[in-house]
Amino acid sequence: MLDKVQTVTDAKKRYSAGVMKYAQMGYWEPDYTPRDTDVIALFRITPQDGVDAVEAAAAVAGESSTATWTVVWTDRLTACEKYRAKAYRVDPVPNSPGEFFAYIAYDLDLFEPGSIANLTASIIGNVFGFKPLKALRLEDMRLPTAYVKTFQGPATGIVVERERLNCYGRPLLGATVKPKLGLSGRNYGRVVYEALKGGLDFTKDDENINSQPFMHWRDRFLYCMEAVTRASAATGEVKGTYLNITAGTMEEMYARAEFAKSLGSIVVMIDLVIGYTAIQSMAKWARDNDMILHLHRAGHSTYTRQRSHGVSFRVIAKWMRLAGVDHLHAGTVVGKLEGDPATTKGYYDIFREEFNPQALENGIFFDQDWASLNKMMPVASGGIHAGQMHQLLTYLGEDVVLQFGGGTIGHPHGIAAGATANRVALEAMVYARNAGRDIWNEGPDILRAAAETCTPLKQALETWKDVTFDYASTDSPDFALTPDVSM
Amino acid sequence: MRLTQGQFSFLPDLTDEQIREQAQYAIDKGWAVSVEYTDDPHPRNTYWEMWGHPMFDNPDAAAVVFEVNECRKEHGSKYIRVIAFDSSHGWESIRMSFIVNRPSDEPGFRVVRQEGEGRIIRYTVESYAVREPEGRRYA
Repeated sequence: MLDKVQTVTDAKKRYSAGVMKYAQMGYWEPDYTPRDTDVIALFRITPQDGVDAVEAAAAVAGESSTATWTVVWTDRLTACEKYRAKAYRVDPVPNSPGEFFAYIAYDLDLFEPGSIANLTASIIGNVFGFKPLKALRLEDMRLPTAYVKTFQGPATGIVVERERLNCYGRPLLGATVKPKLGLSGRNYGRVVYEALKGGLDFTKDDENINSQPFMHWRDRFLYCMEAVTRASAATGEVKGTYLNITAGTMEEMYARAEFAKSLGSIVVMIDLVIGYTAIQSMAKWARDNDMILHLHRAGHSTYTRQRSHGVSFRVIAKWMRLAGVDHLHAGTVVGKLEGDPATTKGYYDIFREEFNPQALENGIFFDQDWASLNKMMPVASGGIHAGQMHQLLTYLGEDVVLQFGGGTIGHPHGIAAGATANRVALEAMVYARNAGRDIWNEGPDILRAAAETCTPLKQALETWKDVTFDYASTDSPDFALTPDVSM
Repeated sequence: MRLTQGQFSFLPDLTDEQIREQAQYAIDKGWAVSVEYTDDPHPRNTYWEMWGHPMFDNPDAAAVVFEVNECRKEHGSKYIRVIAFDSSHGWESIRMSFIVNRPSDEPGFRVVRQEGEGRIIRYTVESYAVREPEGRRYA
């Protein structure tokens, strides 16, 4: 490696026209100690054959801050040393030949306050197509308190959401209406009513339910709110349905959000694909209108799933907590979608804790102080059922929305029975945990006992008894839990 | 109907021993447990009547069960819940809430629909019981 590479400090040499290595231009500073106010990014870099790792790291620092491919004299019109991002550390990735972790520090003045769009335009704007790299992945970021404080954060937050729902001490329960496309408004509302009356707290539109020929959005909202209100009256509980307001323009999204509000909905939903600025706008609207904001992470796996290239979901989670959503899907560990337990714990901690200490075994590379930003409620969805309740409660804890779509609607005796089965399983498991039972080992017994007085649960356990999704994860932590990792 | 607010309303009604067990879990977490009652169980009725202050320094859940039973003597025909309050920074709200007493007859709620233009409906959920004045709502 180019450990000995020196920044060219002689100004005449440094700024003479032509091409110079990024490491020599001042983007590699191995002696640099990041300031408390710096943004730090950790990239996994895979240089092209023959490209030195330090030069590659310096190039990433350069291209994500001030540099272009050649020397420009106009640098000298600025305090350019301050504005240059500084790669200050490059480590080989354990057990992954050809891959390196590059630590890069950015001065706070490089970023506009309160703008995810601006942050990301720098950090992931240009560099991911850079030819000297085979692949590049943004693994983690350290966001300084001074920057965190420029963001609104979650519109409602876990605590206030619970106060509004009048629901404490247990995970919330939800279900996504299925089939996700094709139901008419009237039929769709039936599913919502049955599921909520049966015992769920929330139902949910799927990511691609917007306003289609089979069901236009106003129809959906009207029938859903009839269902929500009827279910609330039938149970005496606050109920909600995530009305997806995703649309082609901001004007249309605001119109749908206002209509949802006028009908008394407590929650609206958006998709990640609407973009960071649209998300921030809706978060602001949600804060101004006492609305819980659910974000479906539609599209994220296109860039989060592969280990060598893209953006880790833990970074997306951090951006979304800044941006201000209340709910975000974060994996189930045991369900049908990607999610190694250690990595998923890292995501959940980013959502729910006030301070994240470095935890390499969970993929968290930096201490992160959230500076009293509200907490985000993680949502676990995809291929989970009542028989896994002890595993879900153990892995995911209490502040989570457990969404059983198929596991509610697919119940052999109907949607309300499916909802009741899930609610009874959940309450029985929380009860047993609080009473000191070892739910991880005794879970199946606890469920069987609860099913003695609940036929729907008995039927659910029988229907899905053998369903598991046991595949190797494509994105697990690089570091095992060992005390001697020198980071 | 059966009011299903709280953590354990889908389970069979808790025995005193089970109430003690759950309250002890809260106490061991450092949360203050208190007892509240109401004859207005509307889902958005936040403020049930307090049966005394939260029991901030009480180490033994038997005292909670005692208070529940004292409350039952006076308000046995109403809803009574046990809640646990966590004062730690970043939460400063309720951690647990479960119903420990309910009226023998629960009439439930009706939906009032005010129909507006363009199929808009403004909904109100109203407890049948609150048509009577406070204190005269359940037998």
